[in-house]
Amino acid sequence: MSKIQDKARALIASKMKLDESEITPEKHLFNDLGADSLDFVELSVLLEREFNVKFTETETANAKTVGDLYELIEKYTKKP
Amino acid sequence: MKIIGTGSAVPSLTVTNDDLAAFLDTNDAWISSRTGIQARHLLSTESLYDLAVDAADKAIKASGLRTDQIDFLLVSNVANQHVTPGLSCIIQKRIGVTCAGLDINVACAGFVNALMLADSMIKAGHAKNILIVCAEEPTKYCDWHERDCSVLFGDGAGAVVLTEGTAFKDVKLTMISDRDVLYYERGMETTPFEQHYVKGQPLVMKGKELFKTAVTESAKDIQNVLDYNHLTHEDITWFMLHQANKRIIESIRHIIGGPEEKYPTVIEKYGNTSSASIPIMLDEMLRAGKIKAGDKIIMSAFGAGFVSAACLWDWEF
Repeated sequence: MSKIQDKARALIASKMKLDESEITPEKHLFNDLGADSLDFVELSVLLEREFNVKFTETETANAKTVGDLYELIEKYTKKP
Repeated sequence: MKIIGTGSAVPSLTVTNDDLAAFLDTNDAWISSRTGIQARHLLSTESLYDLAVDAADKAIKASGLRTDQIDFLLVSNVANQHVTPGLSCIIQKRIGVTCAGLDINVACAGFVNALMLADSMIKAGHAKNILIVCAEEPTKYCDWHERDCSVLFGDGAGAVVLTEGTAFKDVKLTMISDRDVLYYERGMETTPFEQHYVKGQPLVMKGKELFKTAVTESAKDIQNVLDYNHLTHEDITWFMLHQANKRIIESIRHIIGGPEEKYPTVIEKYGNTSSASIPIMLDEMLRAGKIKAGDKIIMSAFGAGFVSAACLWDWEF
């Protein structure tokens, strides 16, 4: 697991008040982690701030799992 | 500058989430979990002017000053029945002050902006004792046929009396021109020459966008004030944030840090009372004896504009 994923996992766990071990890539944010629509907005604010990135509305709407969020962050933080 | 008196007033009618669920497609669990709001007070028999005067009278009484010792009246209001004259003019006589005054409309951030103005006026010698009244009736510009906005707001007024002192330490104001995330349009009289007549419409809010901007910009304001004054969240006794949505407050806390106990709320019982939310909470906390001399307090608010503001107090009585 990359350092970026480690940081994102810790942040998601903290926000959702869950143990880090529960935050695995295949977990669905709504169905498995119990997130509601506002949790998702809050998570995107925290992740954008933490990694100094800006997601588009379509990207955030399409992200359904923890792995989708990891991919999104890595897309913007990947060095050319 | 320091605060020497506070007062607040809310309408007598309490409306719970269950009351709203009787005619809107919503329920208590949905509203509570997404906003933290359980009830709000709505104008029914009294007027906004009654609330403004009541809050002002209480603040003046608490200050120990006579009405003739108030040098200036600053009123924060987004909208009321009168486009003109200003609310300050309307309530001046009933409060019993004879000083000049003015109205400001900086949406829900009006109180912190009014504090900045009051501090500047006192430092410049234009006034010694200033009365700020924040009086709001946001429930009058919501569409009560839909649930998105109407469940969020409550009516109320908060007031403070300020005088010379050193408690007010710093302020940071932010304005980002972005009308579309939150606005209320009033219809105006048409003229024979008008070609683009705009009919008024109730409050429009893009909730998710507003949520993100509010959290991001408020956290920036607060961090700026902390950094500029060489403080961390551990130095702050109270973070008194605009009571718009408990989830917004929690998100800002997540970024700034500190335990939940440092972020007091009254949104559970009042909803979002716009610029009155912080002075109402301040009044309740002072009367409950929760604020002590030497407490470091951050106040932070945001609103339509987009505007946001934060200030720092080193509390003195």
